[in-house]
Amino acid sequence: MRNRIENLSRRRFLQQGLAAGAGLTLGVQLSGVSRRLDAAPSKPDAAAPLEPNAFVRIGTDDSVTVIVKHLEMGQGTYTGLPTLVAEELDARWDQVRVEGAPADAARYNNLFWGPTQGTGGSTSIANSWEQMRKAGATARQMLVEAAAKRWQVDAGEIQVRDGQLSHAKGQRASFGELAEAAAGLVVPEDVFLKDPAEFRLIGNARLRRKDAAEKIDGSARYTQDVSLPGLLTAVVAHPPRFGARLKSLDPEPAVAIRGVEKILRIPTGVAVLAADFWTAKRGRDRLSIEWDESDAFTLGSEEILQQYRELAATPGAVATARGDAEAALASADKVIESEFALPFLAHASMEPLNCVILPEGDGVRVINGEQSQTRTQAGVASVLGLKPEQVRIDMLYAGSSFGRRGNPQADFTSEAAEIFKAAGRKTPIKLQWTREDDTRAGWYRPLFLHRVRAGLDAAGKPVAWHQRIVGQSIAAAAGMTSRLVVDGVDRLSVEGASDLAYGIPNLYVDLHSPTLPVPIQWWRSVGHTHTAFAVESVIDELATAAGRDPVDFRMALLEGHPRHQGVLKLAAEKAGWGGALPEGRGRGVAVHESFNSYVAQVAEVTVRGRSFSVDRVVIAVDCGMAINPDVVKAQMEGGMGYGLAAALVSRLTLKEGRVEQSNFHDYKVLRMDQMPRVEVYILPSAEAPTGVGEPATPVIAPAVANALAAATGQRLRRLPLRLA
Amino acid sequence: MVKITVNGREHQLDLDPDTPLLWVIREHVGLTGTKYGCGISECGVCTLFLNGAPVRSCSTPLSAAANGTVLTIEGLDTPEGRAIQAAWADLDVVQCGFCQSGQIMSATALLTQNPSPTDAEIDAAMSGNICRCATYARIRSAIKQAAAALA
Repeated sequence: MRNRIENLSRRRFLQQGLAAGAGLTLGVQLSGVSRRLDAAPSKPDAAAPLEPNAFVRIGTDDSVTVIVKHLEMGQGTYTGLPTLVAEELDARWDQVRVEGAPADAARYNNLFWGPTQGTGGSTSIANSWEQMRKAGATARQMLVEAAAKRWQVDAGEIQVRDGQLSHAKGQRASFGELAEAAAGLVVPEDVFLKDPAEFRLIGNARLRRKDAAEKIDGSARYTQDVSLPGLLTAVVAHPPRFGARLKSLDPEPAVAIRGVEKILRIPTGVAVLAADFWTAKRGRDRLSIEWDESDAFTLGSEEILQQYRELAATPGAVATARGDAEAALASADKVIESEFALPFLAHASMEPLNCVILPEGDGVRVINGEQSQTRTQAGVASVLGLKPEQVRIDMLYAGSSFGRRGNPQADFTSEAAEIFKAAGRKTPIKLQWTREDDTRAGWYRPLFLHRVRAGLDAAGKPVAWHQRIVGQSIAAAAGMTSRLVVDGVDRLSVEGASDLAYGIPNLYVDLHSPTLPVPIQWWRSVGHTHTAFAVESVIDELATAAGRDPVDFRMALLEGHPRHQGVLKLAAEKAGWGGALPEGRGRGVAVHESFNSYVAQVAEVTVRGRSFSVDRVVIAVDCGMAINPDVVKAQMEGGMGYGLAAALVSRLTLKEGRVEQSNFHDYKVLRMDQMPRVEVYILPSAEAPTGVGEPATPVIAPAVANALAAATGQRLRRLPLRLA
Repeated sequence: MVKITVNGREHQLDLDPDTPLLWVIREHVGLTGTKYGCGISECGVCTLFLNGAPVRSCSTPLSAAANGTVLTIEGLDTPEGRAIQAAWADLDVVQCGFCQSGQIMSATALLTQNPSPTDAEIDAAMSGNICRCATYARIRSAIKQAAAALA
C-alpha cells in the first residue's frame, strides 16, 4: 500500500533544505513538458507520448525517457536521477533512456541555487530527490488511471511492476500500450510517493550505469568529438603571464601554412582557425607574437607564500569566535603551533577544455559538456549582444570537470563566442584548448596558508583552537560576494574549519582574503580541500601530544555528532584499527563532513627511506540514503583518488608570474601504480540523500599525513607530502 | 597519398605525413572513440593498435602507419578485447569515460601478451594511462576478471 508517511519525510526534507539556506525555489517544480521547446515539432501523425512533466516521457514504443537537468561528468547523474524516476514509476531499468536537458532555468534550475541551472556542490541527487520521484509518480498515476478506465476497474486494484500494469482479473498492459491514452488525462497535482520499504531500484547495488555501454565501445559523444559541415577548429595563443596583453602580431608564418583559414585577435589572445585541429595548432605554434607584460603579474609561488606568512601575523576577518581562545591558549598546559601550505592546483580534467558554437535562428547554439548553463548563456549572450534565451545549449558528456567547466565567468565558452564573433558569426567554431592551455590558462584551486595554534590542558583535553587562514576568495572571483561573503568572510574559504565539529570550548577562526591576478575557482570539494588537511592534521597531533589513540581522542571530542562518530567507528573497525603493523608501516585516520555527507578514511602507508606508498584505504561514508550504492562506492574510490593526487604529486607553481608546469610530465597526477587498494563501506541510513561527488576528496591528504606521522614521527604540513 | 587500413577498411589520405595518427583517425577517418588528452604520450587516452601493437597515436606520425593496419576501440573484437569490455560493463568501471577507450586498448594489449597478469604486472602495464576520475581500482579488478573469463 502507498501511504502518506512519505509526506512527513518530504516535509523534513524541505525543512532541511531551507535550513541549509538552499535557495529561492525549493518547491518541487514539474511544470512544462519534457519536449525540447527549441526542437522541431514532432510529426502530427506520430503517436503521442505521455509527457506529464519536464522530466519524463513515455513512448508508445514502451521507452521511458528521463530528462536529466545535470551534467554527467563521471559522477553518475545519468544513472542516479533516472533511478529516482524509475523507482516511483515502477519501470524496468532496461527500458529507461536518458536525455540531457536543454538550457532553460525556468524548468531545469538547480533547486538549491534559485533561478540558476547548473551542476556542482554535490547537489544533483540532493536537490532532485523529491522532484524526480514526483515526476515518476505522476506518470505512474496517469498510467494507472488510463488502465482503470480501459479495464473498467478501480484504480486502487491495479498493480504496477517492472513496466507492466496488471489487474487480478487478468488484464495486463505495458507502459507503451497505455501511453497514448494516459497522455489525454489531466496531470494530477498531488501524487503519493513510495514508502522507502517498497524501494526496488533505490538502494539496488546491481543497477548498472546508463552511460557505461557507450563509454566502453567508444561511441559516447564529447565536445571534442563534434563535427559539423563547415566547422572550423580554433586554437588560441594565450599570454604567458596573467595580465599580459597582445603588443604586436606577425601572422605571416602561420598564414603560410596550408589550411590555416583565419587568424583573429580576441580579448584573451590570438585564435588560429583551420578545418582541422592539427593545422590550427601548427598555425598557432608558428605565430610570432610580442606580449606587453608591463602590467603582468610577476610573483612566484614562494613569494606569494611569504606575503601570506606576513599577513598571517596580523588579525583577519572573524569567521568564528567561541569562548576566549587567546586566554585559553595563554593558560594552556601545552600549545601546538603549526603552519600548513597548499599550492595552486589545476583541475587537469581528462578532456582539455573546448566548446562548439554555431549560428542558429535568431541566436546561437552552444554544444558543450556544460556544467553551468545559466552562466554560459549570460557570458555568450553578453559577447554577442543577444538575450540569454537566444543561447541554446546541447549538454554533452564532459570528460570530467572537477568544477572547471562550471567556470564562474564562463571563461572558455565566452572565448568561443569571441572567436565566433570575430570570424563573422556565420561559421560554426570549435574552440579546442591544448593540454598546455588547460594547465597554464588559470582558474586554479587557490594557494592557501593556514596557521593553527591549539592548546591542551593538563589532563590532555583540547581547550583552545585558533586557526588563521590566508588565501584568495573564490566567492569574490565568482562575483558571488553578496551570497557567500558575510562580514568579510568568504564561506568557501573557511568551510570545514569555522564549523569545527570537535568540542573545543574556545574556538577562533579568522581569514585574510588577499587579491591576486591569478584566476581561481572551485576545485572538487572547494574550501574543504585545504581546511580538512589542517584540521585533521592538528587534531591528530593533539591526540599524540595527549598520549591518546587518534580514534578514541576524536570519538570523545565528537560527542553530539553521531554521524561523524558513525563513520569514524565504521572505518576504524573495518580497517582493523589498533592492530599491529610491521616496522616501516603506519596507519592514519581522518574524518570530515562536507556537502552534508560524512566521510572517514583510514590510510595505511609503507615507508622506504624518504619514499613511501599508500597501500590500503578504508572509507566509510554516511550520505543519507544511498540511491545507487555502487555509484556511491565509485565516487568514494575516485574522489579519494583525486585527493590522493594532490596529497602525493600535484602542484602548480608560479615563477616570476609564469606557470612552471605545462602537461602531465610536470603537472603530475595519480597513476595506476600509486592507487591503493580501496574498500568502501556505506552507513545504512533513512535520511534524505546528500552529495557524494566531492566528500571523499578532502579526507585522504590528512589520513596519509597522519599515517606518515605514525610511521616516522614526521609531521608533514605541506602538500604534496614529502618526507625529509 | 598515404594508405592505411583502419578496422578493416582501407583509406587513401592526402595529408602531411607528419600529421599525428590520432588526428588522422579522429578528423579524417572520422572515428572519435580515440581521444586527445595531452599530445605528448603522457596520458594514454589516444592508445590504439598499429600493426597489432599498442601505440600512443598522438605522437605517432601518419608516415609511420603507411601501408599499416590500425585497430581502434570501434573495431575492437578480439577475444581479449571482448572479455575486457564485458568485465568493464560488469564492474561499471567507467565514470566520465574519456580515458576509457585508451584504458581498454592498453588492457587488451596486456591480456593479449600476458593472459594472467599479477597486480604488479597490471600496474606496470597500465601506469601510462591516466584516469583523473581514478577508476584504477576497478580497472585492476576488471582486468583480473577478464583474465579469469578467458582462462
